[in-house]
Parts: sequence; structure tokens; C-alpha cells
Amino acid sequence: MGTVQARGLRKAFGDVQALDGVDLDVPDGSFFVVLGPSGAGKTTTLRAIAGLEQLDEGSVHLDGRDATADTPAARDLAMVFQSYALYPRRTAYENIASPLRARKASADEISTAVAEVSSLLHIERLLQRRPAQMSGGEQQRVALARALVRRPRAFLMDEPLTNLDLKLRVEMRTELTRIHRSLGGTFVYVTNDQVEALSMADQVAVLREGRVQQVGTPTDVYERPANQWVAGFVGSPRISLLACRAEGDRLVGEQGWSLPRPRWTTAEDGRPLLLGLRAEDVSVETRGTAALPGEVYGLEPLGDRTVVDVKVGSEMLKVKARPTVAGVPGERVEVAVDLDRAHIFDADTGLALSTAGR
Amino acid sequence: MAISIDEAVPAPVTDDAPTARRRGGTARRVIEVLLLVIIAVAMLFPVLWMLETSIKENRDVYAVPAKFFNFDFTLDHYKDVFVAQGGGRSDLSGSFLNSVIVAGASTVLATVLGVPAAWAYSRFTLKAKKDQLFFILSTRFMPPVVVVIPIFLMYRELGLIDSKLGLVLIYAAFNVPFTIWMMKGFVDEVPAEYEDAAMLDGYTRLQAFRKFTLPLLVPGIAATAVFALIFSWNEFVFAIFLTSSQEVRTAPPAIAGLIGGTTVDWGLVAASAVVFALPVLVFAYLVRKHLVAGVTLGAVRR
Repeated sequence: MGTVQARGLRKAFGDVQALDGVDLDVPDGSFFVVLGPSGAGKTTTLRAIAGLEQLDEGSVHLDGRDATADTPAARDLAMVFQSYALYPRRTAYENIASPLRARKASADEISTAVAEVSSLLHIERLLQRRPAQMSGGEQQRVALARALVRRPRAFLMDEPLTNLDLKLRVEMRTELTRIHRSLGGTFVYVTNDQVEALSMADQVAVLREGRVQQVGTPTDVYERPANQWVAGFVGSPRISLLACRAEGDRLVGEQGWSLPRPRWTTAEDGRPLLLGLRAEDVSVETRGTAALPGEVYGLEPLGDRTVVDVKVGSEMLKVKARPTVAGVPGERVEVAVDLDRAHIFDADTGLALSTAGR
Repeated sequence: MAISIDEAVPAPVTDDAPTARRRGGTARRVIEVLLLVIIAVAMLFPVLWMLETSIKENRDVYAVPAKFFNFDFTLDHYKDVFVAQGGGRSDLSGSFLNSVIVAGASTVLATVLGVPAAWAYSRFTLKAKKDQLFFILSTRFMPPVVVVIPIFLMYRELGLIDSKLGLVLIYAAFNVPFTIWMMKGFVDEVPAEYEDAAMLDGYTRLQAFRKFTLPLLVPGIAATAVFALIFSWNEFVFAIFLTSSQEVRTAPPAIAGLIGGTTVDWGLVAASAVVFALPVLVFAYLVRKHLVAGVTLGAVRR
């Protein structure tokens, strides 16, 4: 079992700076998720940890030891690839046995370990099949088994669920959490799916354009986003951002509205700010002391809830409501705001303003 | 003046067109077949003539007008290809053996050098990779005859004139660029992730290539090697310039050498030409699937 540390990883592909100083600290035994949009450098980070990518700068430490110069084999890691990368000419059994064969395990050890991991993943009946004879979900399980058959320092997973259909993906999420709990071990898990990150992670690192934006628990990242970009990337529907300024004990919107200034906001008067409101922290169904005037722009029924788009001046605000909510476009509404849960960002730097005390 | 889309683009073929085509179908088919037969006969006539000549008695070979069907059948010419007049092995059979050795060795050499190079060019980021590949290809731009004199002079200095090793080296030199280019296409088709996965399994990079990628390249290697083999087997220019002795001479110059002098034994020429052409045909037939795949690339299933 082990820890993984990345220090100042830098890597350029031609003109594209894929990694621009990435630092990560993955604690022993944690489920660590690297979250970011496509092109953020997530996969490159993972490949750099695995030793598959030559770094321009920076170092990778495994169990506290500098492993930057080590070959992938010497790093003692296991990886699940997004494409699964199952060896096409070999049966599932041989695929799963491959890491053990490479490390010269005895035939007995191999058959015991393969039997164990296949029962863990319920793939016993697939063992004699070749990848082409399996469905995507089955291939995914075999790829997972190939990683889990050993006890490496850490398991690296590169968007392993991306190529599955939605139902299977939800199933595998629970399954992976169960596996992590029962096996222990350090998991470094890369995804662009915030639901995966929030539901599975002990810790999340949010990556954008080759830089780490924030590291923290899923609650940290969701409740206390470090900046405007993280707030916008994590959470669905997207957080609404309204331009405003602090004036005395009021928060005055560019669109003419005014709200009581949250106690914890440290911004000096007149500085351009963004008020971030998540859809569940505003309501068109209740009344509150703080409210924004707006008009209904559209309704988006999602079954268990309805998202109401409210136009506040020329800005759009997403409001979560019960599925039974009524409203016609053009109707004037008061949007109650839970100011204790509001986020304030500096409009110039995008940084969250003193959310630490909350 | 603006042209509307309708004017600029021809209207789609209307529904009655296929019917019209079907009505004229039979006549069209007949013309097609007829033309193809004419072309085939014209193209294959030298081959047919060669086959016929090789099994005709000598007096029928020279008969005027030529005897197409009612000639006397004999296999003596084929015997003469392999057996000398007074018994024992003929000179020609020695040349065929030389051809086998030279073509085989140069193909093996080109494959052994070219396949790993193709893998490297496909997998690694190298400085000026495109320029390097273009340089490699550029060695094939000119016909061999252009460089035959410099090569001759170099070989004379090196003592490679009139040696099988010399021919093997020059054929390999011509086949390596070809092998690299053709094999690079095949390697590109095999996802690099198999090797990545193998390295994480605990294999070294070379083991990952040998155990996981190489087996997937076998069809490509077979197709490439056959092309290289056919080139070396057929090569004439270097063979005739760089070799002189009977012990070294390969089949193409040896067969050409039969023509000339006061009398030409056309039966023997034809028979040896048939024997010379057979291996190429057999090889091409054996790997015909891969040949098509090799020409079109994309032969390796993901």
C-alpha cells in the first residue's frame, strides 16, 4: 500500500502545455479523484504517475521515494485504461494473469489470485472468452480484474466508466466503492464526471488547463469552491453567477437588485463581485427576507424536480423547484435567496472571498 | 451573377435512370466482358507464349507459321534447366539457388532491421521525425540504375564485387525503407495502449513490444516481406552489374545470359523463365489476402 505524490509536473505536447505545475498528495488508502473537463491534463497526470509519459519538469514520489526515473514496471502500480487495453489475442483469464506472469508468479498463485478476483467482480463465466466476445461492461470488469489481481502500491484508473452506458455506470460506481472498501489500497481515479467524483471520492483534486484548482473532500469542493471556475464546473444544474458590488451592508446587483450583504464577505466597497447561487439555495416557492425580482423564462421538468430559469434583468438564474411548480414564461416572481449558502467571487480574479469562516 | 445551388449542382439522378440502365444491362455486360477478354489476352499473350514454348519440341519452336495447338509435347527443356548436358547439376540450377539465398537473406535482413525501426517511428516522439521518414523514403525516389556506377566503385573498394553478400546488402538497403514505411502503417494501427498496459503489468518496453505488439503485426510482416522478397528475386540491374562469376550470379542475369551467341535455345529460355516466375506467383497466392491488406493498409483489427 502506498502514497503517491506529484511535485510540479510540467509537460508540453508541442504548443500545448498539458501539465502546468501539477502538485498532488494522495494519502495512503484513499480514493483520490482527479476531476476536470476533457483536455485538463487528467490523463497526462495519471500517465506521468504511471511512468508512461516523459515529464518536462517535476517529480513523482511513491511511498515517499523519488520514482521519477523508474520504469513503469518498477513503480509497482496497476492501471485501468479508458479503452481497457485488453490484449486481443488472449482470453480473459490470460489477460488477468498477465501482471502475475510478468512478475514470475507460480501457476498455483496465478490460478488462486485469478479465481479470487473473478469472484470479487463476478466474471467467473467469462474467463475463457476473448475480449471480442465480451460486451463493453464485461471488458471493463476484466480490465478492472487485471489491475486488482495484484496488490500494487496504488491503482490508477483512467475514466474507467466513461465508455459504459448510464445504468451500468451507476452500478459500477457503487461496486468500485465497495471494492475499495473491501480491498483497501490507494486509488487514483481520473474522471470528467462530477457525479463520480462527488459520490466516490475521499478527496477530489479539480484540474483545469494543467493546473490544480482545488483539492479537498467532495463537500469542500461543492460547498466551498475555491474559485468561480470550480463553482461552475462542479454542480448540476450549473451555479448561477450574478454581477454585483458591495455597498455598505448591501450587495447591489448590476441589474438593479439589492440584497443584505452576507456577514462574511470581506470585499471592499465598489469592487466588482460575482454572487454565486446554486439552484437548491434559491427558491420561487418560499418567501424569505432576501429576495431577487425576476421573471420566469422557462421551465425544465426533470421528473424528480423542475428547474426554473428565472431572468433577473438580463442575467439568468437557475432555480430548483418541486415538480409540481407552476409558472408561465413572462410571469413575475420573487426568488428567495439563502444568503448563508451564497458564494461571493472576485469578478477579476475569480477567487472565492473568505469562505473559510463558514 | 449569382448561380443558384440548383444550377451549380447537377440534379440527383432520377428514379427512372436505374431502369434504363437495367434495360441496357445485358448488352453492356457483353461489351464489358469482351473488352476485358481482349485486354487479358493481350496482356497474357507473352506468358502463354512462354508456357507453350517451354513445352514444345525444338523444331516446333522455330516452325513457321507458328504452331499453336498441334505441336509435339516435351519436358526436356525443364530437365535442361536443372540437369547439365553431361549429367550433374546445371549452371542455371546454381543460379536459382543463388537467387533463393540472396533474396531470402536480404528479405530477412530488411525485415529484422525495418520492423523495429517502424515500431520506433510509430511509437516515439523523435526530433524531425517527418523529415527523417521523408529522407528514408527519398532513397527510393530514383531508379536503381542511377546509382549503379557509384555502388560499383564503392563495392570494388570494399571487395564486395561479385559476392552474394554484396547483393544481399544492396537489396536489403533498398528494402529497408520500403519495410519501414509499410510496417509503420501496420504498427500505427495497433493501439499503443497494449504496450502501456504490458509495461504496467511488469514487462519492459521491449518485452511489451515482443510479446504483445509483434504477434499482432504478423500479417503485416508477412505482406511486407513478400513485397521485399519479390523485389529482391526480380532484381536485374545490380545483379548484372555487380556479379560476373557463375558461382555468384542470380537467376535474372543468368537467364538473360542464355540469349545471345549464335543460336538461342528458346525452349530452355522459356522453361527457365517459367521456373523463375513460379515462386513469385506461389508466394503472392499464399499471402494474397495480406497483399491486398498491405496495399490498402488498415489490416490489423483493433
